[in-house]
Amino acid sequence: MTFFSHLRKAAIATAFVLGATAVHAEEQYFPLQSYRVGPYAAGGTGFFGGFIDYLNLINIRDGGVNGAKLAWSEGETQYEVEKGVEVYERLKSNPGIAAWNPLSVGIAYAMIDRITDDKVPLITINHGRTDTTDGRVFPYVFPLLLNPYSETSGIVNYIASKEGGLDKLKGKNIVVLYHGSPYGKETIPIYELLSQKYGFELSQIEVPHPGNEQQAQWLTIRREHPDYVVLRGWGVMNPVALKTAQKTGFPADHIIGNVWSNSEEDVIPAGDAAKGYTAITTQASGERYPVVQEIVKTVYGDGKGNLEDKSRIGSVYHNLGIVNGILNVEAVRIAQAKFGNRTLTGDEVRWGFEHLKLDPARVEALGAKDLFHSINVSWDNHEGDGYVTFQQWDGKKWNVVSDWIAPDWKLLRPIIEKSSEAYAKEKGIKIRTAEDADAVVSN
Amino acid sequence: MAVQALDAARLPVDWAKLVQKLALATALFVVAYGVVPAYASGYLVEAILLPFLALSLAAVGLNLLTGYCGQLSLGSSAFMAVGAFGAYNFNLRVEGLPLAVTMILAGISAAGFGVVFGLPSLRLRGFYLAVSTLAAQFFVQWALTKFGWFSNDNPSGVISAPHLAVAGLSLDSATGRYLLSVTTVMVLTALVWRLVNSATGRNFIAVRDNETAARVIGVPVLRTKLLAFAISSFIIGIAGVLWAFTYLRTVEPAGFNLDRSFQILFIIIIGGLASIRGAFWVRRSSLSSRSFCPGSAHSCSAACSIRAFST
Repeated sequence: MTFFSHLRKAAIATAFVLGATAVHAEEQYFPLQSYRVGPYAAGGTGFFGGFIDYLNLINIRDGGVNGAKLAWSEGETQYEVEKGVEVYERLKSNPGIAAWNPLSVGIAYAMIDRITDDKVPLITINHGRTDTTDGRVFPYVFPLLLNPYSETSGIVNYIASKEGGLDKLKGKNIVVLYHGSPYGKETIPIYELLSQKYGFELSQIEVPHPGNEQQAQWLTIRREHPDYVVLRGWGVMNPVALKTAQKTGFPADHIIGNVWSNSEEDVIPAGDAAKGYTAITTQASGERYPVVQEIVKTVYGDGKGNLEDKSRIGSVYHNLGIVNGILNVEAVRIAQAKFGNRTLTGDEVRWGFEHLKLDPARVEALGAKDLFHSINVSWDNHEGDGYVTFQQWDGKKWNVVSDWIAPDWKLLRPIIEKSSEAYAKEKGIKIRTAEDADAVVSN
Repeated sequence: MAVQALDAARLPVDWAKLVQKLALATALFVVAYGVVPAYASGYLVEAILLPFLALSLAAVGLNLLTGYCGQLSLGSSAFMAVGAFGAYNFNLRVEGLPLAVTMILAGISAAGFGVVFGLPSLRLRGFYLAVSTLAAQFFVQWALTKFGWFSNDNPSGVISAPHLAVAGLSLDSATGRYLLSVTTVMVLTALVWRLVNSATGRNFIAVRDNETAARVIGVPVLRTKLLAFAISSFIIGIAGVLWAFTYLRTVEPAGFNLDRSFQILFIIIIGGLASIRGAFWVRRSSLSSRSFCPGSAHSCSAACSIRAFST
């Protein structure tokens, strides 16, 4: 009897010690709603590959962020909202969640209410719901670097610079070919507005998801005789658009791709039809950046690289994943400086994102000079004023053909605020102040 | 089958069977209202039970039309969309409308829509009717995308669910939404159960089995068909409300695509036409087999359940 009770005490004590050590190892967790199969697998594997590669780099090279190891696990969504929600429900009970990165507007929309209740940030880098830029109404949603309206403004400014100034846009004819999804439709009103402001003629044509048949749309475009076609595509829609454009005789160098039509996976399948095609980007492609080099050396050298096809290292989506990794990790680091080097709560990481300021010098220190420009997020501006650049495909690789261009944020902010305030009214949300943003839930 | 149903109605009461049924019903109630809210994990409720309930209800609705009345329809997810967007708009535009009224109004709009797209059934049968109901599928998706009014001019055409409350009691939590779902499904399923065992239900079956014979014995065929379309769409419309408000909490028109219609049709084909229970069994098995087939689209889950059933 006494022997057994001793044994039990010993067992309990052991369990306690083991449990305590498990708690003691600081760990920050990233739930990944990734998609590696389906029509958008090229984007999913590249982006999540880059993201995981960067997290691995931090773990291997630095032993985590100030000692807090980075952890993650994946759930397959196939870019479908129902599956995204299922994965969210499955992964949300894991401890130490830093942020969600679904890389799908549809899934992000479905998660806004849920993550706001959980008080965990939702990152929609380069995409997302535009009015979530307004941190006063959406405390936990971050369309980092570039929201869809800024992207639109950047593209129109670029076309203007090619034509010789914004006043030269008058009378020009621009067609927007967009993906038939929430993501694709997001920019319809802003193109309308810019067309009125600058006096260019505009028609917007939808391509139903997934977009592998576009004959009718391109015949319409041929009838319209536009000066430029803006391709707001995604996945398989992009190469099909380029090939169909060639078939109907529209020149590739007058097609401007948006930020989700700018990857190698979009142009290589189109072959010659893509030569001369230009697209916007927030992060340059290529392997020459120190951070990418370190990933090749440390992570792939260690056999832990996430991309199966090593030729995709440094591709647009892979580099976007790396940039996304940098932004997430730096937000954690900034939050740690305030709250201590330990596993942070979602709300603390939110505070980190709201103070995510990386000037060009800091970007250089992170080994990402020229990979992306800078970011300057604040509690009410969740986009962070990202800069854009344009790259042209020469048949083999992307070449940067413009400087870093700033979108017209001043023009866009009132439209965004109007939309977010309407949302706040519809949902009965109290508009946040700077003091509210500083109140952080720490457990 | 019609004759059997008539005979069953006249048989003397079998007490043992009645007690068994009562026990089963009590057990179901205890599980649905006691065990699940108390013990089920958030994952089970949010990712499995809520879609299960919504799609099962849609299957019950379609079964009324296809299984009992014999009218093949491929427009189910369009009727779900009408219900979902209807409820959203009633809720948005009429201040202080109670949730139950919103849901019933949404169901009625879906029913009206169902009657309009049921009109071809007066002339067409079988595959021809199925093809004409496809028109509903494409028309609704087109209209909801084309006219921004339906989604309150949201640029990406996505609606988000409003705050849910019944008699001042908030149902926004997972458990609250589950209780709303399960109650709605139980009430409607009970009504359908009652309906198929009534004279109207027997009319449905008569029309399905032999339209000419039904007409000869005095069944009003036209009215019966339209009634089947109306009631079926009403139920599917409410299933759409549950899908949008309790499960996803957000809905875009593309979420109600042809795939979803097929999914509902497969549920009733596999579960058994003219079987209310089948709607629930198949939906459950298709959910549990989902994890085994990560590689392809939604309809795959139906295919998996075919496999599960055949083995």
